Amino acid sequence: MNLKLIGDVAMSLLAARLKQTLVAAIGVTFSITMFIALLSFMSGLNDLLDGLILNRTPHIRLYNEIKQSEHQPIALYSKGIRQYNFISSVKPANEKPQIRNSGAIIDAIKKDSRVSGVAPKVVVQVFYNIGTINLNGIINGIDVGAENRLFSFQNYVVAGNYMDLQNIPNSIILGIGAAETMLVDLGDIIQITTAKGDHVQLKVVGFFQSGILDIDKVQSYTSLATAQKILGESNSYITDIQVKLHDLLLAPAMAKEYNQLFSVEATDIQTANSQFETGSFIRTLISYAVGITLLIVAGFGIYNILNMMIYEKMDGIAILKATGFSGGDVKWVFVTIALTIGFFGGLLGLLFGFVLSAIIGQVPFETASLPTVKTYPINYSPTFYVIGGVFSIVTTYLAGYFPARKASKIDPVIIIRGK
Amino acid sequence: MTDTVLEAVHINKYFHDPVKVKVLTDVEFSLSRGEFTSIIGKSGCGKSTLLYILSTMDTDYEGDLKIDGISMRHKKESELARVRNEKIGFVFQFHYLLNEFSVLRNVMLPGEKLSKRTTKEIESIAYEKLKILGIEKEALKRPNQLSGGQKQRVAIARALINDPLIIMGDEPTGNLDKKNSEMVFDIFRELAEVYHQSLLIVTHDNEFAHRTHRIIEMEDGRIVSKA
Repeated sequence: MNLKLIGDVAMSLLAARLKQTLVAAIGVTFSITMFIALLSFMSGLNDLLDGLILNRTPHIRLYNEIKQSEHQPIALYSKGIRQYNFISSVKPANEKPQIRNSGAIIDAIKKDSRVSGVAPKVVVQVFYNIGTINLNGIINGIDVGAENRLFSFQNYVVAGNYMDLQNIPNSIILGIGAAETMLVDLGDIIQITTAKGDHVQLKVVGFFQSGILDIDKVQSYTSLATAQKILGESNSYITDIQVKLHDLLLAPAMAKEYNQLFSVEATDIQTANSQFETGSFIRTLISYAVGITLLIVAGFGIYNILNMMIYEKMDGIAILKATGFSGGDVKWVFVTIALTIGFFGGLLGLLFGFVLSAIIGQVPFETASLPTVKTYPINYSPTFYVIGGVFSIVTTYLAGYFPARKASKIDPVIIIRGK
Repeated sequence: MTDTVLEAVHINKYFHDPVKVKVLTDVEFSLSRGEFTSIIGKSGCGKSTLLYILSTMDTDYEGDLKIDGISMRHKKESELARVRNEKIGFVFQFHYLLNEFSVLRNVMLPGEKLSKRTTKEIESIAYEKLKILGIEKEALKRPNQLSGGQKQRVAIARALINDPLIIMGDEPTGNLDKKNSEMVFDIFRELAEVYHQSLLIVTHDNEFAHRTHRIIEMEDGRIVSKA
């Protein structure tokens, strides 16, 4: 097969119907542009919304839940004899919500190759004192470095430097809601009361904004050591171990595994936040459906134009066949036309799609709930460009294939005798 | 190399639509190299039908067709296309030139399809053929800028590009006036006598036919004389 010759014939036919060809190509360009822009934008938005929760949520969280013992002493006694005990109003044993042997557990988890990072946490129930009024509060004692590395802590610190938590003793980063209620500024000293009734004074070194008002009114952050000091506990006192994995999907299985291995409660992110997965999936599905619909419509345009071309160029096709072009050659001529439209239309579409998504990415998008986001989020993933490119070629090939097959079956005798 | 370029062996042909009609009955003849043959007959006697079978474009027939001693009976569509490309030159009643290409490129196309030579060589051969036909000056024009007679000469040049074994014509002068018909005939005769080109021309122009070397006369799908 002489590719250059077929290409030349295809191009001459293209040039003969330049306007219609351009319209067809613009159809492809438009659909690919929208496909790319839509998916980049939707996916950017998805990542943002998911990130709102997922980035800040440990994949597996280990904690010790205060609950009644499942095995009451009387059960040991009545085992194996025909006796059944009813115990009402069972109380949990007097124990702290700490994870026992936390140091060893953290070391063991760190050695696990599936784990990307571990951050210990101490959760302290407190009251913020404003004059004579007490506000409910929760102070999270965190390992500042690990917390930032795993959960992008600094993105949510809207004022002050997050590292000051580590560097300045007895410091606190207040939730922005709580700070507004207390009318405090950076550098001020606030007083809190612990559940035991101890008063502690802490220096405000920053403000924290999660984007969720209820959280911002209650939560604050301090260093692990400060939290342990507030509670009057030793430095092995840890209430939560947050684990981040390389592969999020392993979380449910690993949560079960850790639950048995370390005898602590373990929840995984899927169980805790299943609705986010569903939302993302539906949004992505809709974007793909719209993009593919556009492409199919463009495909019909190409189909139409090729059909028209074949009717108009019937004589030419007949003479090509009479002078030695086989049906396959003729088919390739029309497939080449379709692919050319698809290729250049698609290429421009990818380019315009990139430009359009870049423009959308410049549109201001400011919302109180997302302090780090200033413009619309765009995901510039090359995957979309690959899918868009492949799809433009595949649809135009299919749109071209059927008219091309028809052209290849034209019987030159009928055309030539018909004159 | 045989001296027979084309051989029809007991060719029968039916039309099936709307009822089965026999259009060709036991057609049998052969053509030798350098022969200038015409097929004549009344309208509807099957002479064009026969030509399209002989040209391999119509494959729905009984019997056998041998071109250059090779049977065409069981060849695939693409192999037949190759035979047409290499061994047969066509001249139709209508010129069938492609307006998107220059005259030169129109002549070159079958040569490029055959791709036995480089494009440069094909181009120079195409010029040569146009020169034989006296239209080399029009080489770079578009076909729609030429007169009817010139177009038919371009079509003849196109038929010659691959030095075919045989040139087939279906009423090649049917659309031309007297003067141009005369010229086309002279070209054919020159091809036959000077270049020893075999020609097989279907015509209903008896005057044209009587000046060819050999006349095959048909009537109702049969050959009545092949002197």
